[in-house]
Amino acid sequence: MQEAMMRRAKELLADGTVNRVLGWQKGEFAYDHTPAVFDSADQLEQFVYDDFTAANLSKYLVKETKQEGKILAFLKPCDTYSLNQLTKEHRVNRDKVYVVGIGCEGKADVEKIKALGIDGILGIKAEGDNFVVETLYGNQTVAKTDVLAERCVVCKSRKLMTYDEILGEDGEVINSNRFDMVEKLENMTADERFAFWQNELSRCIRCNACRNVCPACTCEKCVFDNVNSGIANTAAADSFEEKMFHVIRAFHVAGRCTDCGECSRVCPQGIPLHLLNRKFIKDINELYGEYQAGEDTDSKGPLTNFTYDDCEPSIVHERGVE
Amino acid sequence: MQVEKKEFKPTIVAFCCNWCSYAGADLSGTNRLNYPANVKIIRVPCSCRVNPMFVLRAFQRGADGVIICGCHPGDCHYTTGNYYARRRMTLLFSMLDFLGIERDRTRLEWVSAAEGAKFAKTMNEFVEAVTKLGENKRLEDLRCKKQ
Repeated sequence: MQEAMMRRAKELLADGTVNRVLGWQKGEFAYDHTPAVFDSADQLEQFVYDDFTAANLSKYLVKETKQEGKILAFLKPCDTYSLNQLTKEHRVNRDKVYVVGIGCEGKADVEKIKALGIDGILGIKAEGDNFVVETLYGNQTVAKTDVLAERCVVCKSRKLMTYDEILGEDGEVINSNRFDMVEKLENMTADERFAFWQNELSRCIRCNACRNVCPACTCEKCVFDNVNSGIANTAAADSFEEKMFHVIRAFHVAGRCTDCGECSRVCPQGIPLHLLNRKFIKDINELYGEYQAGEDTDSKGPLTNFTYDDCEPSIVHERGVE
Repeated sequence: MQVEKKEFKPTIVAFCCNWCSYAGADLSGTNRLNYPANVKIIRVPCSCRVNPMFVLRAFQRGADGVIICGCHPGDCHYTTGNYYARRRMTLLFSMLDFLGIERDRTRLEWVSAAEGAKFAKTMNEFVEAVTKLGENKRLEDLRCKKQ
């Protein structure tokens, strides 16, 4: 796949269709590939694509499409949802992107490899359905399915939403059970839920990585950068701040979140932030009708829309466990 | 020394729409209807002016309950503001419930300028419900607590 992508990128660069390529390059560790922009065939030698190129590239297009010329972007199905959403919000100029959609079979999560007790990872090679993990203490083999990222286990769609051409196989929308965990929480008592979230959110170090990576968070000026907001870019001094930050962060993307799961992927503390977003998605689906952000570029978002007979907020009392 | 045990009196923040509930509160006053003095009214131009952050901010600054009052659906001075507010607040209240915050601490009520009696009744009920819950512990900010 990597070779095919590099070859295609070089062709498109050579015939002048695009003048830059957005992809991934090797990072500090074998499992840590960083998004990168390449502007020549020589640079493309650094291009990487494997089971660890998990980053959603769509957000980079906000800045990139403001520059001269067209850019080639390799997008996974998740990323195409985000791109559609950004196009809808006029944050990305779709005409300036040449999208090569790539089929996706799910990405691996290095945290899951580490959780299996594998330390000192030097390199990871894919061999068929397994990874051979080269460590300081010798080689170990793990099955790919055992270390599939959580968001890919409950993948909602492998269908590419927007593309100019496809490399690999296009998939289908999957009727997944991604709301199971949200439902489980809803069925707990309020005390249990409070304890659960207190435990999770108290680990937050306010690094803002979840905000910075989120393809729906593209404001130039963010409320969390405002020093007068009282919750600006500082480690939380009180547990209130964590809740405030995470509720507001999730609320700001409610109805626009495509559920790509980047927030949880980048969280250095492993907080399941996607559950907050999924709760909003689930509520919207149940109260205002099924809605998947990023499916198209012209529908109205659920929070910029209304019907005359919407439910009253008191419906919260009738749902779930108190 | 005898320590006097004080009865808990909640602090309630009421966001009232300038065009209806605020006038409704005024009417309940001119009609000499009683509603608890611990309801602090904040006048907003429309119920949809209430940012979810305002609600959280109110809790941070020591509110024990937050109520939002707006015009009845269909009567908004700006035609559609309260419809948006309704969706937003439904989602916000649901999220607070998801985080384990007591669901009786938040409320949204439609009160028109002619419903002074409803305003007083709503506030009495809400204060009673919040008094039952006791002090807001789950969304408090210790730095903002009175010593």
